[in-house]
Amino acid sequence: MHALRKHLHPGWLIIAPLLVLVLALYLGPILNILWLSITDPEPGFGNYAKLGESDALVRILWTTVRICIITTMFSVTLGYSLAYAMVHCHQRQKNYMLTLLLVSFWISILVRTFSWLMLLGRKGLVNVALEDIGLIAEPVAFMRNELGVLIGMIHYMIPYAVLPLLVSMQAIDNRVMDASRNLGASGSQTFWRIYLPLTTPGIVASTLLVFILSLGFYVTPAVLGGGKVLMVAEYISVQLLVTLKWGTAAMLAACMLFGVLAMLWIMSRFMKLSTVFGGAGR
Amino acid sequence: MKVGLFSLFNRVGAWVLLLFLVTPALIAIPVSLTPKRFLSMPKGEFSLRHFEKLFTSEEWLSSFFQSGVIAISTSVLATTLGTLCAIGLWRVSSKYSELVRAFLLLPLIIPQIISAMAFYRLWIPLGLLDSYAGLILAHTILAAPMVLITVSASLATFDPKLEQASKNLGASNWTTMRRVILPSIKPGVFAGALFAFILSWDEIVVTLFISKFSVYTLPRRMWNGIRENTDPTVAAAAVVLIAITLIAFVIFAIMSRRTAKNTEA
Repeated sequence: MHALRKHLHPGWLIIAPLLVLVLALYLGPILNILWLSITDPEPGFGNYAKLGESDALVRILWTTVRICIITTMFSVTLGYSLAYAMVHCHQRQKNYMLTLLLVSFWISILVRTFSWLMLLGRKGLVNVALEDIGLIAEPVAFMRNELGVLIGMIHYMIPYAVLPLLVSMQAIDNRVMDASRNLGASGSQTFWRIYLPLTTPGIVASTLLVFILSLGFYVTPAVLGGGKVLMVAEYISVQLLVTLKWGTAAMLAACMLFGVLAMLWIMSRFMKLSTVFGGAGR
Repeated sequence: MKVGLFSLFNRVGAWVLLLFLVTPALIAIPVSLTPKRFLSMPKGEFSLRHFEKLFTSEEWLSSFFQSGVIAISTSVLATTLGTLCAIGLWRVSSKYSELVRAFLLLPLIIPQIISAMAFYRLWIPLGLLDSYAGLILAHTILAAPMVLITVSASLATFDPKLEQASKNLGASNWTTMRRVILPSIKPGVFAGALFAFILSWDEIVVTLFISKFSVYTLPRRMWNGIRENTDPTVAAAAVVLIAITLIAFVIFAIMSRRTAKNTEA
């Protein structure tokens, strides 16, 4: 005991409670799920083999990846232009913009999903308004399809895309851009050849963050997809709560987990992870 | 700075985008005022009956209460554990402690559906399904990383020499922590507590898996209402939630402004 105390920094004593809690009640069951993916219902890689056999599974994975890619592309592009506008305007205007961004960030996901349900339905506000001004004769199907899922997801992800971009843009020394202009580059040349490359770490972080969050997204696809758009997260929940097939669900969870960890690893090459998350707090 | 045509265009676009982010949620307000029994936009007539129902219905009130109890307990527990852990990691500051820090942030980034699966899996044998303890523990594990982040950010600006000075003047570890470290990281602790509260108050995915009948939180009841998609009480609840969010936001803004002033002084 004495020897241990000599080698161990006393700080570990107060780290221990949370660490033990997370190890026992979080890491433990996650490892258990990874284990299940190769043992349930029988030992072997049968669950993973299903990926090659079952068309339904492949279709679900493809839907998920496709929706995530489209969501990420839109969120990061729109987020980039928003972050750019925020960095390049007066402090007062920037504060107003930041307030709106954070308010939207804080509004409950359920409230937002509910609102989209009211707006996008067959008799939703958007359809009614479009019919009233005579743009459309028949209600447009905004919901129960991929369009609805995409609208809901992009809406949710934009603030997440903006925050890392904002951190990275604020760190740029504006004199570099002035230098570029002085040396005779045009505005767009300066943007494409100087500004954009300087913000690459922010773009990578924002892209991966949004992609990771979209991958496991459950609420919006389940409601706005209306059962027509099946993504991995919803499929896992059906497997667990309805058909009780832990093996398949565990296999999908394992794939998702490894995908996420791989992306986190790439992200950590570009940016300190804590700055990405910390951005939300300020 | 000369504002180019492109910048101007982009700035207008940014405002449009911000409105797109905030305004859709506001539709809950007119819908909640409809006099009809089903979800609809009111036409000329308004009524507060759905708010009345919300605040007299035993089910909704118990959900508010349960969510409150769970979110406050989560916030207290996550803030205590997270703050201690952040101070510990800050004091150790070694290769291993940075590894532990990265590991402890995982619950925040691992998809919620996987966390839900993990808790569900473990809570069955532990008998924690559908109980306050089960929800509070799960939410605490998800929320503690938030506290870790905010407190660590505060600690980053704390001068370690102050701790040394306090010890040299004869204060014990405990006194140093209570009288020197904690007061200077208060903003981080409060922000962490607020975030932990919101995370728990708004958590649905994990809750869907590990609660059933006896614990029925507010998000759970809203989820049900959204799935059924008929009862306008959901709209009234949404309006109340938006109001709470705005109040929390104002408190947070005032608090951070005060902190900013204190650091300037």
